[in-house]
Amino acid sequence: MKICITSQGDSLESQIDKKFGRCLYFIIADSETLEFEAIKNPNLDGMGGVGVQSGQLMSNKDVKAVLTGNVGPNAFQTLQAAKIDIITGISGTVKETIEKYKTGELKPAEKPSVDSNFGKK
Amino acid sequence: MIISIASGKGGTGKTTIAINLALAIGKVHLLDCDVEEPNSHIFIKPQINSKAPVYISVPEIDKSKCDFCGKCSEVCAYKAIAALKTDVLIFKELCHGCGACEYFCPQKAIKEVNRNIGFIETGEKGNLLFTGGKLNIGEAMASPIIKEVKNRVKPEMINIIDAPPGTSCSMIESVSNSDFCVLVTEPTPFGLNDMILSVEVLRKLNVPFGVLINRSDLGDDKTVEYCENENIPIIMKIPFAKNIAKAYSQGKPIIEALPEYRKKFIALYENIKERIK
Amino acid sequence: MRELVIISGKGGTGKTIITGAFASLAKNKVLADCDVDAADLHLILKPKIKEEQEFLSGTEAVINKDLCNECGLCRRLCRFDAISEDFLVNPIACEGCNFCAFACPQKAIAMQKNPKGKYFVSDTKFGHFAHAKLGIAQDNSGKLVSLVKKQANEIGQKLKSDWIIIDGSPGIGCPVIASMSGVNCALIVTEPTMSGLHDADRIIKTARHFNAPIKLIINKYDLNPVMSKKIEAYCKNNDISVLGKLAFDKTVVEAMVEGKTIIEYAPNSETSNKLREIWNKIDNEVI
Repeated sequence: MKICITSQGDSLESQIDKKFGRCLYFIIADSETLEFEAIKNPNLDGMGGVGVQSGQLMSNKDVKAVLTGNVGPNAFQTLQAAKIDIITGISGTVKETIEKYKTGELKPAEKPSVDSNFGKK
Repeated sequence: MIISIASGKGGTGKTTIAINLALAIGKVHLLDCDVEEPNSHIFIKPQINSKAPVYISVPEIDKSKCDFCGKCSEVCAYKAIAALKTDVLIFKELCHGCGACEYFCPQKAIKEVNRNIGFIETGEKGNLLFTGGKLNIGEAMASPIIKEVKNRVKPEMINIIDAPPGTSCSMIESVSNSDFCVLVTEPTPFGLNDMILSVEVLRKLNVPFGVLINRSDLGDDKTVEYCENENIPIIMKIPFAKNIAKAYSQGKPIIEALPEYRKKFIALYENIKERIK
Repeated sequence: MRELVIISGKGGTGKTIITGAFASLAKNKVLADCDVDAADLHLILKPKIKEEQEFLSGTEAVINKDLCNECGLCRRLCRFDAISEDFLVNPIACEGCNFCAFACPQKAIAMQKNPKGKYFVSDTKFGHFAHAKLGIAQDNSGKLVSLVKKQANEIGQKLKSDWIIIDGSPGIGCPVIASMSGVNCALIVTEPTMSGLHDADRIIKTARHFNAPIKLIINKYDLNPVMSKKIEAYCKNNDISVLGKLAFDKTVVEAMVEGKTIIEYAPNSETSNKLREIWNKIDNEVI
């Protein structure tokens, strides 16, 4: 299954980036084969609406779940409408996160984990 | 005629000057453009005759017509639209109401609806006409309401505009196209610093102006020095007085508490009138 | 790390003076001036600028006269009345929506990014300081506020600071909302006047709307003790803690004229003692 992990670098060994909309990289990986694509976040310098845009990118990439630290309300609403599972509170490396996801111990969040503009800080 | 009352720094006495000048002249139109924190009505206590909501347009999507092509999201400069594969979401608080999405939608699936962001009220007190605007709590954009207030300017009357503090969008919107701007300041380092910023804005907008120094005996001489060096007229000075501060705190105009000020405000008006010629 | 913003609704109630005092009193903090269109805190912090960056935000339409055939479509479409009869764009009115550029049949309109100000990271004797200068007659001050906050937060995280102390701007709109986002405490400075109470009520409702925890100070309370009592009663009814009341004090203006915080200028004055007490409360109570 195609999942996305927000990351500080472009490899599976990179650390998770706790921000969703303004993360440095999106690692889009197949959870079975670990094949992946690292996308440099094109929305990083946006002044507003970044959560919306990053959410839309996930929809375009047909991602089924997003694993990250925090998700704000606009991104949350976008991901939810795109029927993408949102898993927050993640830490560690991208690879560890995928392994954990496969065991099924990570549960989707039901509401945004932070207020608007959190990622701007 | 439009006379605006502005100040870079807050709390220097804009509202005090605006309402006393208005009351001293008598037959005027007073417009409160400080729509975030309007105060003129506290002193004027006008009888309000009408109240009208102010809207901005935001898009609404008819999902039965939408084919999820994503054009709307592509043309939105404010990233207020998320176009997903089987859904479109609108984030109204990010929308600036430019209308591009509606215009470009190939399916004609977007229509614009009104979103209320505040209101305008008009009223009177004797022969004084009053117009004020108020931004709803939690709304960010004051400019559309200020525009609405300014649309009510009566060209045949003397219009006095109470502007919001600062030197950015709201202040610019309020003072632009004035025949004269009274720049209120206090002779302190903060007052002077913010006044210089306002002077630069007014020069860029080509609005003629003069400086009114309030609480003129507190602080230092640097404001007077600056005005002399820059050839800016000082059109009035008001010294600090506890009874002026007290009247203000109770929501009373100076010219009621200290009637000798009526003449001084009429002189201020005459001075401005001379300068507009 | 905790974040404190000092706001007031009404201008001129003493935000910057109080922020300056906290700069003297707080330990291990980063300071930020988010009143970007009438910034004054630098006058008492006297920053030495270490980093300076251009504030590039949004875009403005520019019409290429060689390509334009004056069909007038852009003028009809523009909601912000930014295009004149002779097809010049008023950069102050232009909201950067791109509508005209997308629609122009001649492709005669380009969107340009223009510098709209500068932002800085500085050293002061009280610690690091993030601040900005908005260009003359520029908008977008809310976005510049977010940038200044971001700078302050980055420094704070790097240095493991205890506090980020932010001087806010008057009003309840865009820049104020931006300065309030994610704070641990919004400290409201009010004065005992009818306008002060009216404006405090609106900023309190705004802060609550954005879930910012609120505390309040009454400045110059002795100018109208009756009104001060009213404000205290209002706070009691609305469950807001009043951290203290400061008396009208001409020493405050003297300190400002000297370019000093009140704590530096008159460390043993009644005002300074009171501010010390208030700061200790904030340091102990805000979580």
